[in-house]
Amino acid sequence: MNPPPEASPPPAALPRPRPIRPPGPLVIAIDDVAKLYVMGEETIHALRSVSLRIHRNEYLAIMGPSGSGKSTLMNMLGCLDTPTSGRYEFNGRNVAAMDDDELAAIRNREIGFVFQTFNLLPRSNALRNVELPLIYAGLPPEERRERARQALADVGLGNRLDHKPAELSGGQRQRVAIARALVNRPSILLADEPTGNLDSQTGVEIMALFEELYERGNTLIVVTHEEDVARHARRIVRLRDGLIASDEPA
Amino acid sequence: MNPSEVIRMALASLGVHKLRSILTMGGITIGVFSVIGVMTAVSALRTSVETGLSFLGSNVFQISKWPTGIQVGGFNREKYRKRRPITYAEAQRYRALMAGTTDVVRLVSWGDGQAFYAGRQSSPNLDYGGTDENFLAANQESIDAGRNFTAADVELRRPVAIVGQTVLAALFPSESPLGRSIKVNKHIYTVIGTFAKKGTSFGWDQDEIVMVPISRFLEDNGIKHSSINIATQAESQAAYGDTLAQGIIAMRLARKLPPEAENDFDVYSNDSLVAAFAQVADSVSEGAFVVSAIALLASGVGIMNIMLVSVTERTKEIGVRKSIGARRVNILAQFLVEAVVLSVAGGLAGILLGVVAGDIAASKLNAGIVFPWGWALAGLLVCTGIGVGFGFYPALRAAKMDPIDALRYE
Repeated sequence: MNPPPEASPPPAALPRPRPIRPPGPLVIAIDDVAKLYVMGEETIHALRSVSLRIHRNEYLAIMGPSGSGKSTLMNMLGCLDTPTSGRYEFNGRNVAAMDDDELAAIRNREIGFVFQTFNLLPRSNALRNVELPLIYAGLPPEERRERARQALADVGLGNRLDHKPAELSGGQRQRVAIARALVNRPSILLADEPTGNLDSQTGVEIMALFEELYERGNTLIVVTHEEDVARHARRIVRLRDGLIASDEPA
Repeated sequence: MNPSEVIRMALASLGVHKLRSILTMGGITIGVFSVIGVMTAVSALRTSVETGLSFLGSNVFQISKWPTGIQVGGFNREKYRKRRPITYAEAQRYRALMAGTTDVVRLVSWGDGQAFYAGRQSSPNLDYGGTDENFLAANQESIDAGRNFTAADVELRRPVAIVGQTVLAALFPSESPLGRSIKVNKHIYTVIGTFAKKGTSFGWDQDEIVMVPISRFLEDNGIKHSSINIATQAESQAAYGDTLAQGIIAMRLARKLPPEAENDFDVYSNDSLVAAFAQVADSVSEGAFVVSAIALLASGVGIMNIMLVSVTERTKEIGVRKSIGARRVNILAQFLVEAVVLSVAGGLAGILLGVVAGDIAASKLNAGIVFPWGWALAGLLVCTGIGVGFGFYPALRAAKMDPIDALRYE
């Protein structure tokens, strides 16, 4: 199908129609989860009652204005935090009852984080940054290096292994971060405003990479407040005041 | 997680702030340096004292007005200066009293002088003294050529001399000295023998020596101010204790000391010299120990301080590491190893510098070179302990950080 000549799309525009992969097994099951923060006299209900099910092969966007509880939900999905009440099962395991080290193990094996500010270690080169999760996973050096190299090649940075973050562009840095997130073959890739620190052209490129990752079989959760970013997802969950306001296909 | 991986991370982090790391290590280096330096010098000296300090023969004790140069605590010079010199008459009386116990009693009176022969001369302050036939046994000397003194030489005040190898080389480069007449100060002596080479001890050339019969020496040089040193050799090691006790009684009798008076002479042996030195060495070591303990404590606090700064600066890094799966123990190990690397590297530098400085100091005193393995090992263990002890709190703080707060930190 040829686009109309007067509305020529940017080079990295989304291909239409977008494929939708059939949902796989249940990864995340959240039931009636609440999170309270006590700040001095005040109690803040960051999440009041959220229930959510996410399956393998989904591409999900979580949206909401600031204060909606979106960051709290993301921290909880990413096993950086545990709920005050309610139930959270990750691949059938009860995360709410886990201690710090068990959560760390889940983060290491099951979750790949992509941050707005990339969060690479500035003194380490790209290869070393991507290797880091595998070091904590206890892989032998040879296998580690091979997998890190492959992960960087998969995001188009096979020729930038020795570059430190400062020697890379913003888009390249985010690609290194994505390679790091995927290198341990996690169940989900969790991205927090992944284009927030990038110019719009580079943002489009990163979202195209996400599309490619989805089509290659990854499960993606993108937390954002930008409609442009969210519309790439196949499903959009909107939060407001610590509750789910809507949950529908994109 | 692999230990080599932890060390690699620690080295990489320390390399980022090289100056800071070096300064922090500096404190440890100084602390370790001071203790290792002193211990090296002391053990080098101790070794050479134990092997080299043997100017007295075996089973020999010496009685003299002055104590040995090695003193612990304050040296009351006045007390010794006021003592009456030990006179030749007292010494002879002592010898007579000891006759039933041992025959080997050596008297010696020391002065210094310069020897001349055929236009050649020795160094201007050789050891020039009067003694008797027992000098060889009591002072661990032996005759290289010619003969020893005889009782007759002493009795008849014969102007004869035995010279050391250094004097021999200076005065008789190409001829036999035996039978030749040398002049020492203003006195003429016929050389009857040479001492075998003894070598140097603590910078003192023991071969720069001319000895004459003590009777002759006192006559030539006057007896007013010289005090005689008396060496007594016990017949066996078993008899040493008794001989020493008898010697002290004999000396008190010879000096006509009333029973209530304390000894107005000093008694020492090789063993007591070594023991006295060991006591000095011990108190020096203790002092160095205290100083470096304080220095190490201070530098331990420095390490803790720098590690706390480092943990705060790297809060974000800690958050990132945690978010990608670092467990508490990984973070704890990382920071702990950094602290240990700092203190052990500082300690190694201190050990190296200390050994070098200690050996230089010891070699200035003509003692041999040593490497104090025990102290070096102890130093490394202490440094590891400091690293772990002072690094633990900062590392624990890092390990316990909440990953969300850490990630949010700017």
